[in-house]
Amino acid sequence: MFDLERWQEIFETLSKNKLQTFLTMVSVFSGVLILIILIGFSTGIQNGVRSQFEQDATNRIAIRSGVTTKEYKGLNPGRRIQMRNVDFSDLNRKYEDDIEYKTGIYNIWGGQTTYGKESGNYRIEGAYPDQQFIENASMVAGRFLSQDDMDESRKVVIIGNQVKKDLFKSKEAVGETIKIFDINFKVVGVYSDPGGEREETRLFLPLPTAQKVFNGGDRLRSMAYTVKMSDDFDAAVALSESLSEGFETDLKSKYSVAPDDRSAFRVNNTLEEARKIYSLIDMISAVFWFIGLGTIIAGVVGVGNIMLIVVKERTKEIGIRKALGALPSSIVGMILQEAIFITAIAGFGGLFLGVIALNIASPFIDSDFIKFPRVDFVTSITIVLIIIFAGALAGYFPARRAANIKPIEALRDE
Amino acid sequence: MIEISDLHKSYTMGSNSLHVLKGIDFSVKEGEMVSIMGSSGSGKSTLLNILGMLDEADQGSYTLDGVHIKDLNEKIAAQYRNKFLGFIFQSFNLINYKNALDNVSMPLYYQGIKRKERTEKAMHYLEKVGLAEWATHLPSELSGGQKQRVAIARALASDPKVLLADEPTGALDTKTSYEVMDLIQGINEEGKTILVVTHEHDIAQMTKRIVNLKDGRIIDDTLVNQVKASSYV
Repeated sequence: MFDLERWQEIFETLSKNKLQTFLTMVSVFSGVLILIILIGFSTGIQNGVRSQFEQDATNRIAIRSGVTTKEYKGLNPGRRIQMRNVDFSDLNRKYEDDIEYKTGIYNIWGGQTTYGKESGNYRIEGAYPDQQFIENASMVAGRFLSQDDMDESRKVVIIGNQVKKDLFKSKEAVGETIKIFDINFKVVGVYSDPGGEREETRLFLPLPTAQKVFNGGDRLRSMAYTVKMSDDFDAAVALSESLSEGFETDLKSKYSVAPDDRSAFRVNNTLEEARKIYSLIDMISAVFWFIGLGTIIAGVVGVGNIMLIVVKERTKEIGIRKALGALPSSIVGMILQEAIFITAIAGFGGLFLGVIALNIASPFIDSDFIKFPRVDFVTSITIVLIIIFAGALAGYFPARRAANIKPIEALRDE
Repeated sequence: MIEISDLHKSYTMGSNSLHVLKGIDFSVKEGEMVSIMGSSGSGKSTLLNILGMLDEADQGSYTLDGVHIKDLNEKIAAQYRNKFLGFIFQSFNLINYKNALDNVSMPLYYQGIKRKERTEKAMHYLEKVGLAEWATHLPSELSGGQKQRVAIARALASDPKVLLADEPTGALDTKTSYEVMDLIQGINEEGKTILVVTHEHDIAQMTKRIVNLKDGRIIDDTLVNQVKASSYV
């Protein structure tokens, strides 16, 4: 491999066969480039979709109530169902073992919020301390809601990072007082959410406070839970599903709703959806790999093909070399090394350019479903190994043929 | 130097079998210059190819410089060719993208000689054939006679026991042919054993012995009074 003489021979022959070398390299180069970009984007899609799920806990179950659409037990359709605190505590009690986090939510839209001269309309949510984990929120400053806030119905508020930026600019927010509908609340925490701006333009109040201040009584808009996760993803999905069904059945029978009424209660099972999407992502990335590898195979077959032509064209030369005492192994080595060399150079070129292209394109891709398209180190190494292996394979058969050329026939080949 | 006895060779072409060599007995001593003559189809090229280990006989024995040439695999054949034999072809068979010097140093490369020494040796042989100043020229920039002289230099480069020339003047005009033959005679006078396949009588007369082949058999084997090519030049 490190035989300088051999390399000189190879550079000489390659430079004498410029067009063939060029075409070969183009086919391998584009194959690798396409593979890199496809893999980059499939990673991007994975990142994007994952972050879509990460805006809330992936094992979240959300329950909302609506209007009945079916007549049941003598009750007319069109009845509005209102969930109450007691529903929440009933469910908690019954399914205690399977529940990880839980919260009831009472929210109002467009809560006019002011701090000094700055003001904005935000979604106000009354919730329990568990909301932090259900929402996947992390604290930027201060703390989240506490049990004491609930017990004493304190007038405290946790604001989203975006709200903080809107109202406080660069000022410290924790400890300040803001007004929501002209009622004073003390800011005790600032949170950030992987869901981004949309999820960070919310304010969280203690649920009892929100119900009192905004005339909520004991009404709840929604309830949210997370299911206990186990190491077995499928088992967790099954538990999540049975829990969702349990919630739905209990609530429907309690409020005399037809079992097949889909509008009265909507139970949203994130884990089940996550599983579907994750398997879709797996499928997409498998398809991308398949296409990419197919392209590389096409390139490699091209290399093999061109090497065969090279061998054919150089039959006479190989014959002369053999007549002059070239060993079959040196002929095989020469052709193989040539093939590996051009596939490797072209492959690395494609790899390099693909990675650069992804890096350049990455900031310009503005989609919730594609984020940070890139190729990781292990994948790159895998691709490099594939390229080298493919080069060897592409060279092997032409090399065998070259080694088997009979000098006598080659020399007759005019 | 060369001992062959009862050499047979046939080629199968489709369903027909063509018996080309029908029992050749033939020996060449060191320092001889032998021409093998015969009309086309007489088997002279086949004989040369077998002597050159480019082809293998079906039957019979072949000894070259005391070594039995038998059951050759590709590897051993290549080593023997490199060590024992130098080839001169009718169509020169130079590698067209290598310059004269690189062509000459090719057998040395396969002997595993380092580049510096190789270049020195190759240059020495190019000087010997009078083409030192053409060393960096490609074959396409050389005349036919010059190409053949490069090929001769290449054949000599590995210092072989025997030079095998297959119609060395076949592609050259008369004047150039004589120049090339003069060179080959000179090499013979330095002690190299040379076999020349030719169908031209004047060329054959420039060797020391003529072997006539007809239909795969030697019909005549006579020593001749060598005509010096230099007398024509």
